[in-house]
Amino acid sequence: MSVRVAVLAFPGSCDDRDALRAVELMGAEPVRVWHADSDLGGAAAVIVPGGFSYGDYLRPGALAALSPAMGAVREHAAAGGPVLGICNGFQVLTEARLLPGVLRPNAHLQFRFQDVGLRVQRESAWLPGTVAGDTLDIPVKHHDGCYFVTPGQLEELDAAGQVLLRYVRNPNGSVESIACVTNAAGNVAGLMPHPEHAVDPLLGSADGRILLQGLIDQAVAVEAVA
Amino acid sequence: MSTIESTPSLHRSLGLTDAEFERISELLERAPNDFELAVFSLLWSEHCAYKHSRRLLAALPTTGERVLQGPGENAGVIDVGDGLAVALKVESHNHPSAVEPFQGAATGVGGILRDIFAMGARPIAILDSLRFGELDSERQRHLFARVVEGVGHYGNCVGVANVGGEVEFEPAYENNCLVNAMCVGVLPAGRLQSAGAAGSGNLLVLYGSKTGRDGIGGASVLASQGFEEGSEAKRPSVQIGDPFTGKKLIECTLELLDRGLIVSLQDLGAAGLASSTAEMASAGGVGLDVDLSAVPVREDGMEPFEIMISESQERMAAIVEPASWDAVAAVCRRWELDATVIGEVTETGRLRAFHSGELVGDIPVETLTERAPRYDVERERPARLVDAPSGAGEDPGTPPEAALRALLAAPGVASRRWVTRQYDQLVGAGTVVRPGGDAAVVRLTPSDRAIAVSLDGNGRRTWLDPRRGGMSAVCEAARNVACTGARPAAVTNCLNFANPEHAEVGYELAEAIGGMADACRALGLPVVSGNVSLYNEHGGRPIPPTPVVGVVGVLDHAGLAVRAAFREEGDVVLLAGAGASALDGSDYQKVVLGETAGRIPEPDLEAERALHAFLAEAAGRKLLRSAHDVGGGGLAVAVAESAMAGGIGVRVEEASDLFGEGDGRVVMSARRADVPALRKLSGPVPLKRIGTVGGGEIAVGPARIALAHAIDLYEGALPRIMEGGA
Repeated sequence: MSVRVAVLAFPGSCDDRDALRAVELMGAEPVRVWHADSDLGGAAAVIVPGGFSYGDYLRPGALAALSPAMGAVREHAAAGGPVLGICNGFQVLTEARLLPGVLRPNAHLQFRFQDVGLRVQRESAWLPGTVAGDTLDIPVKHHDGCYFVTPGQLEELDAAGQVLLRYVRNPNGSVESIACVTNAAGNVAGLMPHPEHAVDPLLGSADGRILLQGLIDQAVAVEAVA
Repeated sequence: MSTIESTPSLHRSLGLTDAEFERISELLERAPNDFELAVFSLLWSEHCAYKHSRRLLAALPTTGERVLQGPGENAGVIDVGDGLAVALKVESHNHPSAVEPFQGAATGVGGILRDIFAMGARPIAILDSLRFGELDSERQRHLFARVVEGVGHYGNCVGVANVGGEVEFEPAYENNCLVNAMCVGVLPAGRLQSAGAAGSGNLLVLYGSKTGRDGIGGASVLASQGFEEGSEAKRPSVQIGDPFTGKKLIECTLELLDRGLIVSLQDLGAAGLASSTAEMASAGGVGLDVDLSAVPVREDGMEPFEIMISESQERMAAIVEPASWDAVAAVCRRWELDATVIGEVTETGRLRAFHSGELVGDIPVETLTERAPRYDVERERPARLVDAPSGAGEDPGTPPEAALRALLAAPGVASRRWVTRQYDQLVGAGTVVRPGGDAAVVRLTPSDRAIAVSLDGNGRRTWLDPRRGGMSAVCEAARNVACTGARPAAVTNCLNFANPEHAEVGYELAEAIGGMADACRALGLPVVSGNVSLYNEHGGRPIPPTPVVGVVGVLDHAGLAVRAAFREEGDVVLLAGAGASALDGSDYQKVVLGETAGRIPEPDLEAERALHAFLAEAAGRKLLRSAHDVGGGGLAVAVAESAMAGGIGVRVEEASDLFGEGDGRVVMSARRADVPALRKLSGPVPLKRIGTVGGGEIAVGPARIALAHAIDLYEGALPRIMEGGA
């Protein structure tokens, strides 16, 4: 039986439908989890998708971080379950303190859509089949994607190997071109680029499948242990 | 019923003529009260009643095999096969954008989205057609930047991909920018919605945002006539958009439709509840009773007429069977949207408005809609129009290389990436061909079918010849769609003109519509929806006549889509079609010669149709490596654009007419081995081999430029103007 992957849906989520479809394309079973629900429908992995949850009021991700569904995600993550935050989902996970750092408005203060190159920093369960130095092509589209951590935190992230991807050319002013980070335990990852929009070569790139495969692989591994 | 008779001459300040006021009194068989007069003034406005354009619009063909819904509903709908249908419409938001560019543009997008999902369709693509003055002033750069930001803000936040459009800069748009937004949505062919109210006793439900005093347009005059003397009454009349609520409204509406809970559906746009209720009752041939005191409002003390005509955004009206109401309310609650029963369907044929139990207005529905006045426009051929070409050849003083460089960096020609990179182009998992080429191609995921869509107009060329300009706008939009390999299927149009009460503008309007009608007929394209925006002028200076045409085409398989980019070294470059071209009205004439003069050539409509058919056949057999319309900047720019898009050079030897513009020509490339098959397929379409793909230079006849230099000029032009850097 294929593994279940939950995709959260907040009022204002935009990329939830594409994430559900991408999960299905990857051979896993997608489950839509409504923001007001407090269980994950038996899912072994979670995607917090992109969009403008609650209209980005207050700060992007700030209100969503307090939703019942995020309570369930917190428990899932604490138990070692894999969680992937994409764009607004990354913002939600930093607001929920499940990931280090914050996302500020882009340095150029514009919403920016573009294909970006992402350099793999190290071998990781999140990036199956890749090695340090490989490049992935995945689009970004955001207004608030400028990743920031303090110099002290940055050192810790680097030392612990929590930086998975860096931009080849920094599109938003992120500190040290960081594009994707994990928590200290390594089971929660967030990035501004959209792997769910890069699953079909006809639409430009299929490199996003790598991250989604990483999510699914980890879910399978966790289920096998349990 | 409160029978305060209307203040004499109030109708004039509301924009109604004395004759129109008399007609209202005749139709009602009494004088209207102020509430009724406010409703009439909006429903009989040009925007709602098309009183100066409707008779002319009758010339446009509106039927065809694919047409499921022609003009008259919120949007047109065509069948695209496989049980799928596509809804399309373009609409203007010119004046609000000129006053407040960000909100004006944002609510323009919000409004066109509502028109699409009111048809039961999920919006999948937005296109925007924008016109400003030249970018040499701070004000024009500000307008341009803020409009783009507004278009992006709404579309990005609701998660609908922006896949294309156009931007034009001409001095005549300086004080009257044009902001036209188009939306396309997809629906199961069997689920087509109608606005027609039906079923006496069924409930009128208003859902979405609360109603405020924002966007009370022409009627703000009323407030200063003694209804209320508070300063609130002078609020700006530009609507404020809330895309977060807009997004919830889309999802909530689609869920209501999926569950079969709705009898009919109508968005609230211009003139708010007044026009929505009138249109629903009119389309259904019924009456509606509306209780205005039931409408959730943003502030206390709103007058009945204010509630009736408020243009507060993000609201929908639905007719619901009483048995479905609880389920409807539950879905709206889940989406955290107000839903309120504000009235019911009656058999009276009258629109009756109540407030606090009192009848405040009672109007026979047909008097607001079918019996609204229709006028013939006076027509007088403008003196500026000439019968002959200007005779201007290529300026011998300007070397072709210098001209090509100037054109690539001209704001009217240069890359639009500075605009499109501010838009989400990909959400929805369908964008196969992104903006920047001829037409965008959007797959109807999960189906493999795709649509191609383009939105085009050309004010400068239409200024020189309104009829040919109208024809050309249709030809160009359809040709752009055909370049992707899709078969053009339907048209939506937005007619931006100046004051139709001036005979010269009346002439332009009639001629441009006539030209569009000729082209649509010849190309077999029904016009299924549209919008007319008149009175676009400032300080007595009219805008150029600017018909903007959206075309949707159908592609059997998304994988067959052809792009504008050259692909491989050694591929053969061909010119398909031999349409007449001229420098008159061209970008060359504007940029290099510094004028707009003469007469544009007449499109050969039969040749155009054959060219489009050839493109679809060739794409279907995978014989094309690239195809790109010869448009602004002529052959030289078209060849350069294909080279830059592909990141590969090109050498074109056969180039006598570098910069002339006209219809009916496409630059294509093909594998050497496929050229004989292409020739065989081309039939009546002239197909001329003109060059070869390859190298690091763009060489079109005597005009030569290094590829990297061309890309820098072309891609860097707008960023340099707007931000002082790339």
